Amino acid sequence: MRIDCVVNGEPRRADDVWAGESLLHVLRERLGLPGAKNACEQGECGSCTVYLDGKPVCACLVPAGQARGREVVTVEGLGDGDLHPVQRAFIAAGAVQCGFCTPGLIVAVHDLLARTPSPAEEEIREALAGNLCRCTGYEKILTAVRLAAGREHES
Amino acid sequence: MVLPRSEMEFLQPESWAEALAVRAAYPEALPVAGGTDVMVELNFARRRPPALLDLGRVAGLADWGTEDGLLRLGAGVPYRRIVTELAGRAPGLAMAARTIGSAQIRNRGTVGGNLGSASPAGDALPPLLAAGALVELASVRGVRRVPVAGFCTGPKRSMLAPDELIAAVLLPPDAGPEQFAKVGTRNAMVIAVCSFALALRPVSRTVGTGIGSAAPTPVRAAAAEELLVAELPWADRAALPEPLVRRFGELVAAAASPIDDVRGTAAYRRHALGVLAGRAVRRAWAEHRRGGVRG
Repeated sequence: MRIDCVVNGEPRRADDVWAGESLLHVLRERLGLPGAKNACEQGECGSCTVYLDGKPVCACLVPAGQARGREVVTVEGLGDGDLHPVQRAFIAAGAVQCGFCTPGLIVAVHDLLARTPSPAEEEIREALAGNLCRCTGYEKILTAVRLAAGREHES
Repeated sequence: MVLPRSEMEFLQPESWAEALAVRAAYPEALPVAGGTDVMVELNFARRRPPALLDLGRVAGLADWGTEDGLLRLGAGVPYRRIVTELAGRAPGLAMAARTIGSAQIRNRGTVGGNLGSASPAGDALPPLLAAGALVELASVRGVRRVPVAGFCTGPKRSMLAPDELIAAVLLPPDAGPEQFAKVGTRNAMVIAVCSFALALRPVSRTVGTGIGSAAPTPVRAAAAEELLVAELPWADRAALPEPLVRRFGELVAAAASPIDDVRGTAAYRRHALGVLAGRAVRRAWAEHRRGGVRG
């Protein structure tokens, strides 16, 4: 089947999509957007987090057909030709090790700060509970969130 | 068993009437709403239905409102909106919704999907049992409303007919103090080891319960409900007698029929249910004593 949707602000088309295929597969394998990562394929790890109509979702759990006519934003679409401040905060805080979880975390943090510019510690933890990192132990990720929220003095 | 990709249709009705017609014409099609259960089955090649029936565009399925004096929650309302919009009207369900998965999952998952999956571990089901909810099932033959208590007939089995779709759940409009608690290995992203929901209705002096992940289906604890109806100091809102809390926990534990599995043992589940039940009744009664006249 054919999927027409808007990805990172541009109309995109994918043909010959299998009905049981995930949005993640379409993004990575058909539209050349490998930012969102394919890890658990069951919604546990958050590595594939993208925005679908403005809400962060696990792209591995969205049937591609449901994205028809919808708006998708991936990690590639967050910065305006440059790195987004959330991405810069991850670099500055050393919140990136192997990097596999990073795109999903960037999208989740982007959403958190858009909704709650100065999140409390508990709000950060709840918002990121669906994103697993097996390298960092999370401390530097939390530092990056505080940095991006302009609370670096508390880090 | 890993199944290869297969011929599969993607059916995408935009109205409820069309959805029911498609369901009748393709009873083998697998309905999908938020995809948080269905897509796991497809990604791991455990299931290859001949068609997916996407309910995501059906107008009105993600609405809620009041109907026949009941709170009518469309089957497609995602958990996120239950948490943010219905914490006052359906407090137990909203508490449970907040514990489901992660923010990403709550943005997509729905109560209709939880019912459709009919897992004994479905977190939305115990609070629906406790509240005495009805499930509205629809087909081209008509509409029926069934008590949620009888909806699940076994693990991942329900009374949903092959031509029916889950339209909505209906809840009493004036919830009293409600509680939900579950045990898992962490706060987020867990399948419950066991869970418990409680609804107190001080005006009618009735009580509802729901047990999750500790029987082949979500179940009520009828004897425990009867105990609270008879023994709670409804009239003077006196402090909760500790022996009553203990007895309530014992009766809730006795109502479960848990098994040993990878998530926990039957003995642990029974013990934990007693603890959760005690916590739930303490918290709900404390809320009642603080003075709402709701329920």
